[in-house]
Amino acid sequence: MKKMIFAASCALALIAGGAQAQERDLRIAFDVPYEPFEYKDENGELTGFEVELAEAMCEEMNANCEFVIQAWDGMIPGLLARKFDLIMSSMSITPERAERVLFSEPYYNTPGGWFGPESFNTDVTDMDAMKGKTVGVQRGTTMDTYVTENMGGVVTIKRYTTADDMVLDLEGQRLDVVFVDYPVGEQTVLSKEGFKEVGEPVKLGEGVGVAMRQRDTELAEEVNAALRTLKEDGTYDTIMQKYFAYDIKM
Amino acid sequence: MPDFIAEWLNQNEIFTAMTIMEYWDGMVTTLHLVFLSLVIGLLVAVPLAILRTVRNPFVSGPVWLYTYLFRGTPLLIQLYIIYYGLAQIEGIQETFWWEIFREPFYPALLAFTLNTAAYTTEIIRGAIVSTPNGEIEAAKAYGMNWFMRMRRIVLPSAARRAVQAYSNEVIFMLHASAIASVVTIVDLTGAARNIYSRFYAPFDAFIFVALCYMALTFILVFAFRKLENHLLKHQRPVNG
Repeated sequence: MKKMIFAASCALALIAGGAQAQERDLRIAFDVPYEPFEYKDENGELTGFEVELAEAMCEEMNANCEFVIQAWDGMIPGLLARKFDLIMSSMSITPERAERVLFSEPYYNTPGGWFGPESFNTDVTDMDAMKGKTVGVQRGTTMDTYVTENMGGVVTIKRYTTADDMVLDLEGQRLDVVFVDYPVGEQTVLSKEGFKEVGEPVKLGEGVGVAMRQRDTELAEEVNAALRTLKEDGTYDTIMQKYFAYDIKM
Repeated sequence: MPDFIAEWLNQNEIFTAMTIMEYWDGMVTTLHLVFLSLVIGLLVAVPLAILRTVRNPFVSGPVWLYTYLFRGTPLLIQLYIIYYGLAQIEGIQETFWWEIFREPFYPALLAFTLNTAAYTTEIIRGAIVSTPNGEIEAAKAYGMNWFMRMRRIVLPSAARRAVQAYSNEVIFMLHASAIASVVTIVDLTGAARNIYSRFYAPFDAFIFVALCYMALTFILVFAFRKLENHLLKHQRPVNG
């Protein structure tokens, strides 16, 4: 019995795979809400930066796309179980994930941002001026790695588990400045009175890519080609400017 | 060194000289914090325990309230209140107190000291209260005043009864100090958390740190057994 089910599902998978090649039915998964990347607007319509980018990409690929909502924990298992074919849900490219899924070329990367109190007037790239300052980062993030590697001996680094704890210490003046994922800093620090951005955003890490099953190498090539076209013909920039005041293009 | 250990040390990426040094620095911080809070805590606890046994409720009441509060709430919450709460006080950043409480070490030391002092007070109080009446009556019969009775009879015999319970408190304090890492102190646990997040290797990072705590506990248990043997020598059978 088990063998029969296995054989049947293999056959189904083959048929589904064949159909996909001809008619290009693609199912794309998002984890909502994750503003401004994917969320539902007042009318309940799925929208956001990645959703619009996916729509443009599908058009470019002549694919008939269906959007699937999937909780983050089940993303990779759902992809491998063929519940959908692509993940476009802000999944950062990491070596650990790359062992299980196939990533496209990166299509965005949020920079790390420097945030501090209004009174902070030091150039964060000037190592002499930064000497002895206390910098807060979230433990294990690309921002942590960057500060540790580039400013390790110069500044005092304080590592936090959550952004909230870090912002509390920034408000309490235990930290001179924090270096966090830009959208997070925008939400947690800039939303408070008396704080500002104190340096240029820094691009870090490998960025976010479309995740696919390892075997779908042909699909990956088409995705890469489509993304490249969108980045070149200005469609990407138009969508980006709709949602972001800063550059996240990769 | 056995070959397989040398080989394993050469192969592994995590336990390099650099990370071992991070663990070492963390251990120094942990011992520093725990030792200071235990010593100060004990010095505070002895007079508090004596006050706690006084009949006058205006004297024993406040001490009771203090031990009740600090034993009735989690140490983590106490640490959060002291660490984050102090920073919220309007204008504290301009006073000299901020020189002390800006660093996470002193808020943690304060929280740990107040906590261990509360538990130790109750341990010592229990030992004082259980002093046999006969000993006190005999001391009175010798014409000793209250102060002399305390110094010569009550406290020495209470110390003998308290030492076993107190050794537990010391070990608990060592383990409880792991929460110092939540307020950015890089103690043993903080070092393990940093190394875990750098290598994504939870088992290696945390099992190693668990072994460090076990080794420290083992040393403490050994030291307290020696101390107990010394203090309770008179209870051992002759020629035993």
